[in-house]
Amino acid sequence: MAQTTTVAALAASVNARERSAREIAQAALADAAARDGAIGAFLALNEDVTLAWAESIDARISAGEQLPLAGVPVAIKDNLALAGTRTTCGSKMLENWVAPYTATAVERVLRAGGVPFGKTNLDEFAMGSSCENSALGVTRNPLHLERVPGGSSGGSAAAVAADLTPLSLGSDTGGSIREPAAFCGIVGLKPTYGRVSRYGLIAFASSLDQIGPFGRSVADVALLYDAIAGKDPRDATSVDRPAEATSVFTRQDLRGMRIGIVSEFGLDALEPSVRAVYEAAYADLLRLGAELVDVTLPTARYALATYYLLAPAEASSNLARFDGIRYGLRVAGDDVGDLYEKTRAAGFGPEVKRRILIGTHALSSGYYDAYYVKAQKARTLIAADFAKAFQACDIIASPAASTTAFAFQAKKDPYSMYLMDYYTIPISLAGLPSLSQPCGFAPDPLDGTPMPLGLQLAAPLFEERRLLEVARVFEAR
Amino acid sequence: MQQSSSSPSSGIDVRYVAKLARLALDDAEAERYAVDLAALFAHVDELAGLPTDDVAATAQVIAGENVMRADQRQPGLARDVFLAGAPDTQLGMVRVPRILAEAE
Repeated sequence: MAQTTTVAALAASVNARERSAREIAQAALADAAARDGAIGAFLALNEDVTLAWAESIDARISAGEQLPLAGVPVAIKDNLALAGTRTTCGSKMLENWVAPYTATAVERVLRAGGVPFGKTNLDEFAMGSSCENSALGVTRNPLHLERVPGGSSGGSAAAVAADLTPLSLGSDTGGSIREPAAFCGIVGLKPTYGRVSRYGLIAFASSLDQIGPFGRSVADVALLYDAIAGKDPRDATSVDRPAEATSVFTRQDLRGMRIGIVSEFGLDALEPSVRAVYEAAYADLLRLGAELVDVTLPTARYALATYYLLAPAEASSNLARFDGIRYGLRVAGDDVGDLYEKTRAAGFGPEVKRRILIGTHALSSGYYDAYYVKAQKARTLIAADFAKAFQACDIIASPAASTTAFAFQAKKDPYSMYLMDYYTIPISLAGLPSLSQPCGFAPDPLDGTPMPLGLQLAAPLFEERRLLEVARVFEAR
Repeated sequence: MQQSSSSPSSGIDVRYVAKLARLALDDAEAERYAVDLAALFAHVDELAGLPTDDVAATAQVIAGENVMRADQRQPGLARDVFLAGAPDTQLGMVRVPRILAEAE
């Protein structure tokens, strides 16, 4: 796009027929073709379908429709199915698989007048925190090309941060929207579990996966969230409850708002320059009129262990479908068992294999109760801790990540990568709506470049409107 | 609670787990994942310290009831559309290796 404007203004110009969706799409495609080489946000641009969709939006505008996302390009994470285009999950397993259907969230973008624009890179099957696990390409942080964009939705975050698109869709299982939003200095929202249909999102951990928007501002993100939220008969876990519109903001300050600061997420362990940014952010919340209250989440320390049983267990089950028979890669074998084993060995990358093995072990006979059931019980306690904390506060604030974006190859030990989601995972286990928004800059530890940090806010289940209202006041501070 | 994290001696038989997962591993992978799994499960074992005796398991956090749709016929994917994504097809079907030979 290379022209920073608000989503509302862009849509208004298309609704007023000052610009066509096609013109905007052409400009965005040309810009991405020229500038994305250095960043690698996109795995594919899909020019023909993008222009066809833009023309369909123009036809609707000509017919008199007024659409909230009229002509606005929306980049799509490549684990969301888009009929007629390759949907790869960043994996060799699906490198050449063309989706025969379209995800509900993407259909709703179109219904609202948005133009699905390209497919963005991700850690393979959304497993990772840096995009380095993609088998199909490298994505760089647009603010510092030698730093990761975060993950797993790194391409979607980088595309927005580089101003290649005003909006994008990602997915978040343990932090895969919030951590890249923090690393790239933009806003990323993970809605309440069940608020957005997962139909057409290729499953990683079904009890945790949730689709959500990235944008440059809270208002932009709210418009995309409003377009995709709501019950879908095609996803039985999508919640049958009216989605409250979030994109109308009324709050001018935070008076009367109790913001919980979690004792277990103390800032003492952070680098002093990082810590100072979060202390200043909390002080800003106070200055804006909020009351800061201490809340405690005694079981949060068990969240990482809980997550690294539940998510791999669900993943090992979900990824069983990739066996070389019905879709994607097939490697010939001596018999059908040999075909399965060779196909999966060739199609999956190292992190996906690691998680399949973790999950298979956790679910195997003799370990199921000690690991999987135990983790499900721990999840009950973690969710109960949040419910109790929300009796004392309206919103919980914390860092989104403990550092700025790190260098490529910096997290070679798998567990050190898993720790990147320390602040996001407890909220995911409780299913809560949560976002990361820019809150300041800290110097890069290696070269001093100022790099963004994200403030994570979380709200009770289905309180997206409250969450975005508070975020918007903080953003305007 | 933090145990030594890289001892492969915690008894996880990675080859057996890989067999369950239908995943071929070469020797280098088997060695590496034995170390990785031992380390991960050493961290995970801290969960044993959390009392959960009277706690119900949570499968997913949003309480809901099973959903049934109306019992009406709906179009599914057309055969040719589905088969276009399959790695090997013949006569309008997915082609697979024979599966009965092993059981003879």
